[in-house]
Amino acid sequence: MRARRARALLVWLTCIIVAAIVVIRARYITDLSAFLPDKPTPTQQLLVDQLRDGPASRLILIAIEGADAAERARLSRNLAAALRRDPRFARVDNGEPVTEQADREFLFKHRYLLSDAVGAERFSAPGLHAAIAETVDDLASPTGLLFKSLLPRDPTGELLHVIDQLSATQGPQTRDGVWVSPTGNRALAVAQTKALGSDSDAQEQAVAAIRAAFAAAKQADTAAAAPTVGAAPAVGTAPAGAASLRLSGPGVFAVAARAKIQSAALRLSLISSILVVTLLLAVYRSLPALGLGLLPVGSGALVGIAAVALGFGAVHGITLGFGITLIGESVDYSIYFFIQSRHLLENQGEDSWQRRWWPTVRLGMLTSVCGFASLIPSGFPGLQQLGLYSISGLITAALVTRFVLPALLPKDFAVHDVTPLGRVIAAGLAPVARLRRGVVVAASLLLALAASLILIAHRDSLWNRQLSALSPVSLEDQNFDAGLRAELGAADVRDLIVVSGPDLESILRDAELVSRALQPLLDAKIIGSIDSPANFLPSMAAQEARRDSLPGAAQLRDNLRQASAGLAISQEKLQLFLEDVEATRHGALLTARDLRGTSLNTGFESMILHQRDRWNALLPLHGARAGEQIDLAPVAAALESAHLDKARVLDLKLESDKLYADYLNEAIRLSLAGFAAVAVLLFATLRSARRVLLVLSPLILSVLVVAAGLALCGVQLTILHLVGMLLIVAVGSNYALFFDRESHARRRVARAPEAQQPGSQHLGSQYPGSQPLTLASLCIANASTVIGFGLLSFSGVPVLMALGCSVAPGAFLALLFSALLEPGAATDA
Amino acid sequence: MRILSLTLLAVLSSGAARAADDLGELMTLMAKRQHGHVQFIEQQFLAVLDHPLESSGEMRYDAPDRLEQRTLAPRQETLVLSGGVLTVDRGKSHRVVDLQAYPQAQPFIESIRATLAGDRAGLEKIFTLEFAGSIAKWTLTLIPRDAKVKRSIAQVRIDGAQDQLLRVEIRQADGDRSLMTLRPAPTP
Repeated sequence: MRARRARALLVWLTCIIVAAIVVIRARYITDLSAFLPDKPTPTQQLLVDQLRDGPASRLILIAIEGADAAERARLSRNLAAALRRDPRFARVDNGEPVTEQADREFLFKHRYLLSDAVGAERFSAPGLHAAIAETVDDLASPTGLLFKSLLPRDPTGELLHVIDQLSATQGPQTRDGVWVSPTGNRALAVAQTKALGSDSDAQEQAVAAIRAAFAAAKQADTAAAAPTVGAAPAVGTAPAGAASLRLSGPGVFAVAARAKIQSAALRLSLISSILVVTLLLAVYRSLPALGLGLLPVGSGALVGIAAVALGFGAVHGITLGFGITLIGESVDYSIYFFIQSRHLLENQGEDSWQRRWWPTVRLGMLTSVCGFASLIPSGFPGLQQLGLYSISGLITAALVTRFVLPALLPKDFAVHDVTPLGRVIAAGLAPVARLRRGVVVAASLLLALAASLILIAHRDSLWNRQLSALSPVSLEDQNFDAGLRAELGAADVRDLIVVSGPDLESILRDAELVSRALQPLLDAKIIGSIDSPANFLPSMAAQEARRDSLPGAAQLRDNLRQASAGLAISQEKLQLFLEDVEATRHGALLTARDLRGTSLNTGFESMILHQRDRWNALLPLHGARAGEQIDLAPVAAALESAHLDKARVLDLKLESDKLYADYLNEAIRLSLAGFAAVAVLLFATLRSARRVLLVLSPLILSVLVVAAGLALCGVQLTILHLVGMLLIVAVGSNYALFFDRESHARRRVARAPEAQQPGSQHLGSQYPGSQPLTLASLCIANASTVIGFGLLSFSGVPVLMALGCSVAPGAFLALLFSALLEPGAATDA
Repeated sequence: MRILSLTLLAVLSSGAARAADDLGELMTLMAKRQHGHVQFIEQQFLAVLDHPLESSGEMRYDAPDRLEQRTLAPRQETLVLSGGVLTVDRGKSHRVVDLQAYPQAQPFIESIRATLAGDRAGLEKIFTLEFAGSIAKWTLTLIPRDAKVKRSIAQVRIDGAQDQLLRVEIRQADGDRSLMTLRPAPTP
């Protein structure tokens, strides 16, 4: 006996030490990839890469609000200047023309390589005549004055053509020299970090740097304003102190979400620990019992995290957030053990709990394991980890309760007697228990029917099918982000054409072919415009073709002589044009390196995605009218008829919705499979369809009522609610099984020959206080679960809130319904 | 002799005073106007071109700062100045330009807008003003104060009668000039 205990303790200690080492050395990740598929299709891969590491993921959107327009502009300039000096940022745009000079020089210098109008025809005599006539006409316009000086060097208007080619979408408006929102009430800027969007530490530093630079800019303004305020109060100038900074973007969200989840997990773990400890202390009235009671939970959590770390290589932050949910179920084990074994210890020796109650706890644990096992085949790491974590944690907690706790019990160990509490609860249930069984069953059926009807009535809005529902970012912040994107003109990319290839040159060539294939649709105004990286950097092939199409000096001079007949400009004034064309003819072709140092590089990079050995060019499509949805069928048809099989049309909104729909459907399927597995397990153990039905019906009823309640409150169900339902079944099955065990035992006793004498008095003495004790232990276990999950509802993290507000009421209802539906409850009372 | 020169001085200074009064009167008169609608023909004499460019269209003005110039020939183009923002519509392209970002365009626009609005302070911020003639038939010459502006605009000369603008001539520093002739739009 002693040796067995010593062995149990040794095994436990070894496991805990190993798990602790694994946990300490584990890698923890906090990005949103927990909710992205682990085996994506190529299209999903594109989405995922863009979300995680694409240029867009490195953007931080900046809004300056409050104060007055002039002050906001001043702050914007100072902030941008400070960030441009900061090596952590790749670029900072606030509408100031910092790169304008470099941009213009680049475009002007390389206009004959960049312009898609350049070709042999353009530089023939008739081509030149038409182009020059058009440029001269443009000069007549009031805005023509700005381009007057360009005429002698660029008579064909190639620079303007290139600019038009690039600026299919216009940036935000500027006011006082910086970008502002359309209403003008906030200044806008964009910063792009050098670090990847998925590098949360670097993103956190970047966010801190922006806040610090803003605070410094404000400080400087306040200081500068101070002396003048005393002398002559500036009229209508809002103080710099009134201005505030708002940041948005994937990195900002990741940082905020991480901080929020960390603080919520820490705070809630602390609060729920205190509450559960207080509860247990009140129940046990014994410090050693309290300490021992927390062993299964602690061991479970440690082994759970270690299992995830070993199984997945890294632990998602969100998995840790779920850690406290484990308290709910695994604390129950020790509660059952202490309370239920109290009398048994006195009367029947210390191993009797193991004999009488352990099978029930084990079955409850196995049903939970069945439920959570259904998450493991999920395609999403977040759910897989949650499944593995719960399974290993629960098994550990149950085994520790079974083998380690008895080994550690002091000789004179006893917890406070909770039989009186059990009697009070039983008395509270008595009025219902006195009802005829038929009434209880009918009432339950009615309740199930009502809940089902509510769910059917809400069936269209029952599920939230947007991926954003899972985001730890609040809806308000999501809306702010969308608004800011719209204002910055970076929003309406919904439809893309994706071109893939083995290298940059091949995708640029294909991008050019796509633009050509879609030209008829542009002309027919089926689509408004199409952005292409090839507009910023044409393929080598296209550049070569353009360069080769430029005529030699003598030829061009001759063409120009013929062309200038009848034009307002004579050939002699176009000497610089001849020189520029000649320079291009002998100059080098453009490479991606030439774009650096200009703001064009940003536009170019945002349309190129390079991952491992694959290159993708993203060509955003824009509707002919603002806000108009593009009909993608003709686009796909045009690409097909041009045999561009390397180009795919991608509707981002549709894709991400599809992604989530798959995700949700998979989770629903898996949950149902888990439920079926629970039913099979119960049937295999209980070997009675009636008993299985009696165990399952309170659980089904609880799930229905909770779902209907959420629907009535206007809460749309997400995947986390589904996980919550699974938890209700897992936790609730323990309650139902205990009641099942009680009534089954009673029935066996009633049928046994030596128990022929009728009367409940006798039954009571046969099972001294077991009914009130079971009730008391279940209620205390339930209270700890409701506390743990109830607190999650206040976490402010949507995924955790979803879990909390379904499990807390669900667990309570599961206990209530189990107690009410227990056969024999009526006869007993 | 002395008396003569004193008299001359008196005459000259009273003339100057009268001109200043007339400028004030003109500005007051202009400021009273709330709307204007004229047709224009603009000729540009550019050194780089062998013959002048001509364009025509109509202009509308709403006090105090909305100015719309609709060019109909040789190419359609609409410019709307409202607040400090210039909107340019031309063919398929639509651009919104913050004038603050293009200080070089400001004197061109302000010379006409501020004159139409009777905004003397606005004009004097950029130009020194010379008034000649009478309210019935006047000439206002604007000369940029700022050396940087002077590098693009030499002077703006506006001829008018009462509160009507008749001719706007902009002489650029490089010798190019544009001449805009205005006449009231036929009332429909």
